[in-house]
Amino acid sequence: MLSNNKGGSGLISFIINSIKMSLCHIYSFFYLLAVVIRLFLTGLIKPGKVFKRKQIFDQMYHMGIQSIPIVLITSLFLGMTLAMLSMYALSDFGAELWVAGLVGVGFTRELGPLITAIVISGRVGAAISAELGTMQVSEEIDSLTTMGINPLRYLVLPRFLGLLIMLPCLTVISDYFGILGGYLICAMKMDMSWAYYKELTIIALSLKDVITGLVKSLSFAVVISMIGCYQGLIVSGGAEGVGKGTTKSVVNSLIFVIVMDSFFTALFSYVIV
Amino acid sequence: MIKIVDLVKSFDGRRVLDKVNLKIKQGETMVIMGGSGCGKSTLLRHLIGLETPDSGHVFIKGIDITKKNENELIEIRKKYGMLFQSGALLNSLTVGENVALPLTEHTTLDPKIINIIIKMKLELVGLSGFENLMPSQLSGGMKKRVGLARAIAMDPEIVFYDEPGAGLDPITAAVIDKLIMDLSSKLGMTSIVVTHEMNSAFRIADRMAVLYNGKVVQIGTPDQIKKSEHPYVKQFVSGAPDGPEPLKREKGDYLKRLMGTYE
Repeated sequence: MLSNNKGGSGLISFIINSIKMSLCHIYSFFYLLAVVIRLFLTGLIKPGKVFKRKQIFDQMYHMGIQSIPIVLITSLFLGMTLAMLSMYALSDFGAELWVAGLVGVGFTRELGPLITAIVISGRVGAAISAELGTMQVSEEIDSLTTMGINPLRYLVLPRFLGLLIMLPCLTVISDYFGILGGYLICAMKMDMSWAYYKELTIIALSLKDVITGLVKSLSFAVVISMIGCYQGLIVSGGAEGVGKGTTKSVVNSLIFVIVMDSFFTALFSYVIV
Repeated sequence: MIKIVDLVKSFDGRRVLDKVNLKIKQGETMVIMGGSGCGKSTLLRHLIGLETPDSGHVFIKGIDITKKNENELIEIRKKYGMLFQSGALLNSLTVGENVALPLTEHTTLDPKIINIIIKMKLELVGLSGFENLMPSQLSGGMKKRVGLARAIAMDPEIVFYDEPGAGLDPITAAVIDKLIMDLSSKLGMTSIVVTHEMNSAFRIADRMAVLYNGKVVQIGTPDQIKKSEHPYVKQFVSGAPDGPEPLKREKGDYLKRLMGTYE
C-alpha cells in the first residue's frame, strides 16, 4: 500500500544506494585528506601563516601528554599477558629464555603501535569528532568561515599534526612499558635480572623492528585524526548527529587501524625484507 | 553596495529561493523579513558565500561572489562581519580571545594593540571587563553582544545579522537593536538584518524586504510595509493566523497524508 514500497527491487536499490553513499564518503574523505596535505605542504613554505604554534602544542598536550597514563597501563598489562602466554607455550620446548625476545619483537613491531592506536582511537578520535561535530551544529565552524578563517587550517591541521607527532611518541612509551611488563613476569617466574632481560631483548631486536612499528604508527595517526575530523565536520542534526558521528568515527578508525596493521605487517614481512 | 540578481536555490528538489532580486544601498539598514522556512536564512548564507546558488548572482561592490573560489572568498569575507543566531562564539576560547580572533588571524598587530582594540569593542557593546570569562559563563544576550563585538572587530563595511532578537527578552532585544542602529549611524556600516520580529524590524529598518515562498513580494520603507495591500504582507504584519498562508491544509490533503497514499 505504501507508495515507496516497490516489492523485490527495494533491497537492490537499498544496496545500490548504500554503495553510492560509501563511494561518496570515500571520495570526500580523500578530498579532505588531499586538502589537508596541501595545507601542510604550503605550511612548509610559509610556516608562520599556516602553523600556529599554540594551537599545535595545545593539541599535542590534549592528545599526547594526557593519553600517557592509559597507554602506559594497557601496554604494561598487555606485556605481562604476552609474557605469560608465550612462557606457557615455550615451556614445552624448554625455551623460556626466548620470552624476552618474543615480547620485545612482538611489542615493537606489532602490539605497541596497534594497542596505542586502538586506545587513541577511543580516546582521541572520539574527542575530535565530538568537538568538531558540536562546533558544526552550533554554527561555530560557519562563524570561522565568515571571519575569513579557513576551518581546515584552524581546526583540522593542528589536530592532524598534533597526532602525527604524538602517536609515534606514545608508541615508544608503549613499547617500553610492554617490555617492562614482560620483564615483571620473567622476574617473578624465573628470577631473571633486569640487566639480563635487557640484554636478551636487545639481542633479539633489530633497528628495523622499531622503525617498522613507528612507520605503522605514523599511518595510524593519519587514519585516526582524519577520520575523526571528517566525521565531525559532516555532522548534521543536533546532539543526535554528534553522537552518531562520534560512534562512526571510533568504529571506522578501529576497522581501518586493524586492516592497515595487517597490510603493513604483510608489506614488511614479505615485500620489504 | 549589494545586488542580488535572479538567485535560485533548491534543496532536495524544493525551491527555497526562487529568482530573488534585491538591491541594498551603502550605509542603509535593510531588514529581510518572512515566516519560518521562507528562505531568509538561506538568502543570508548566499550573501556570505556559505552556499553556492543553482543560478543567479550576488554582487558585492561590483564583484560577483558566486564566481569566486574559496581563497578569494576569504579575502572578501575579511570585510564582512556576521552575527549568528546563537552568537557562535568558540567555546574553547575566552571572550577576549574570541573578539581578538579575526585580528590575530588576519593581522600582524602587536598583542598590546589587539588588547586595546578588544577593550574598545567590548566597551562598545557594553561588556567591558568581561574579556577573561568563558562563553559558557555568559547569558544568551551577552553571548550575542560578544558575537557582535567580534563581528565588528575588523571594522567591516557590511555587517550581517541572523535573527538578532531571537530568544532574548524584550529589553535585551531592544539593547541589541540600539547597538545595530548605533553602528550604522555612527560608523556608517551597511547592515543586513534577517528577522521575523516585527517590533524590532520596524525600529531598526531603513528599508524592508518581505520574502514569501522564496520570492521577494515587497520592498519598501517601514511605513510602506505597514500600509501594504499585499495579502501576505498584511497577514504577516498584523500577525493573523489565517490568510494567504493557511492555518491548516485542506481536508482531502490531510486524509491522504494520514493514509500515506499521496504521490
